[in-house]
Amino acid sequence: MSLNHFYKKDIVSINDFSRDDLNRIFKYTDNFKLLDHSIKGELGKGRTLGYLFYEPSTRTRMSFESAMASLGGSSIGIVDSKISSIEKGESLADTIRIMDMYSDVIVLRHPFDGSSKFAAELAENPIINAGSGSEEHPTQAMLDLYTIFKEKGNIDGLVIGIVGDLKYGRTVYSLLYGLAKYDVNVYLISPPSLAIRKESVYEIEKNLKLKEYNYLYDDVLKKLDILYVTRIQKERFPDIQEYEKVKGTYKVDSSVLEKSKIDISIMHPLPRVDEIDYRIDETKNAIYFKQARYGKELRATLLTLILNENPFNEE
Amino acid sequence: MSESNQLLVRRIRNGTVIDHIEAGKALIVLNKLGITGKDGDIITVALNVPSNKIFKKDIIKVENKFLEQDDTNKLALLSPNATINIIKEYRLIEKRNIGLPDVIVDIFKCPNLRCISNSEENIHSNIRVIDKKDIILKCSYCSRIIKINDLVS
Ligand SMILES: [Zn+2]
Repeated sequence: MSLNHFYKKDIVSINDFSRDDLNRIFKYTDNFKLLDHSIKGELGKGRTLGYLFYEPSTRTRMSFESAMASLGGSSIGIVDSKISSIEKGESLADTIRIMDMYSDVIVLRHPFDGSSKFAAELAENPIINAGSGSEEHPTQAMLDLYTIFKEKGNIDGLVIGIVGDLKYGRTVYSLLYGLAKYDVNVYLISPPSLAIRKESVYEIEKNLKLKEYNYLYDDVLKKLDILYVTRIQKERFPDIQEYEKVKGTYKVDSSVLEKSKIDISIMHPLPRVDEIDYRIDETKNAIYFKQARYGKELRATLLTLILNENPFNEE
Repeated sequence: MSESNQLLVRRIRNGTVIDHIEAGKALIVLNKLGITGKDGDIITVALNVPSNKIFKKDIIKVENKFLEQDDTNKLALLSPNATINIIKEYRLIEKRNIGLPDVIVDIFKCPNLRCISNSEENIHSNIRVIDKKDIILKCSYCSRIIKINDLVS
């Protein structure tokens, strides 16, 4: 009898998970954290995580590797197309099939939309999407939601501001798809040139109250329970002056905190450059490092659930 | 069809008449249905035929070819108001209602250039019809919402 709903399941899109699924994952993550190290270390023993990163992302990869190590398992893989077989012209399909033979679960990051879905069709073992194309990064969305849930005790009813590069930020879309399962107000703050892509939020606009702004207005700021900051990348701007002008506009520093609710939580998927002042790190409002820790715990929990039929000994 | 239109497009003995194609779409329809004329059968195409006082339509007549269900599905997407008439011995033997399938495999490309289905991989496009009334489609790979105009253009 399999009680664990996620056993051998792929994690391709946050949209494949219902609100109940997410709440269940949060609960499991809470349970996982209470386990003794030695018990955790048995949950992935003798199992191998295979990662294929067609775009480099040290943080996401390390988070998965560290999560797998905490379960007593090991990780093998390929990073960056430049050093991988892709340069020799091997198809993604072939690489997936090979990795499928060497590992028990595959973690894939790939620049094309839908690549994880395709990989999941080919692989016998489960695929975890660690970022595909421009919209999906489901485990990041889960850990963001889990962080919000842990910090605020609830997700429903919150007012969430997302600021920065909303056009190219993959985590932003994945997070929005996740938030659309809850009853929240979302304020999107970005320069017009980096505004959200309408075609990518077409389906969630019915469920999510989205409002767009070009500045972090005081009126907006004082309503926020969460401010989710994303990096604005210089490369996105044809004109460096335009970039310089924009980047300062969204910098989160003590003057921003002064105008905010006293318990506003500042989140960031990391790495940050200078969009959050280092002095903010010391405040209780800064939860981005906690977010990274929650991320590892949530990913370890997901791996546990995928690899074990009934890891938490449920009746 | 009025008398003058009948003269314009000759009657066929055996084959398919695709009528009420949205004006200007006949050539796309021919292309998507793979009707090339290479097998030597007579194909008559009429563009901008007056349909009533306001509208114009295109008509295609293909001799000795009887459209398959798959073709009908494609047509439903290209020109939802088109009608298919199967003719045998100059008689209309079947008037087919066209309807959208639930999934369209390998017929249209996903318009999202960054979609894995448009990559070099050996992969079949897979597009689901999520709203048959307003014709809203969704790529099964990249999940992009696709409107009919994105497909045809
Ligand atoms: Zn697609």
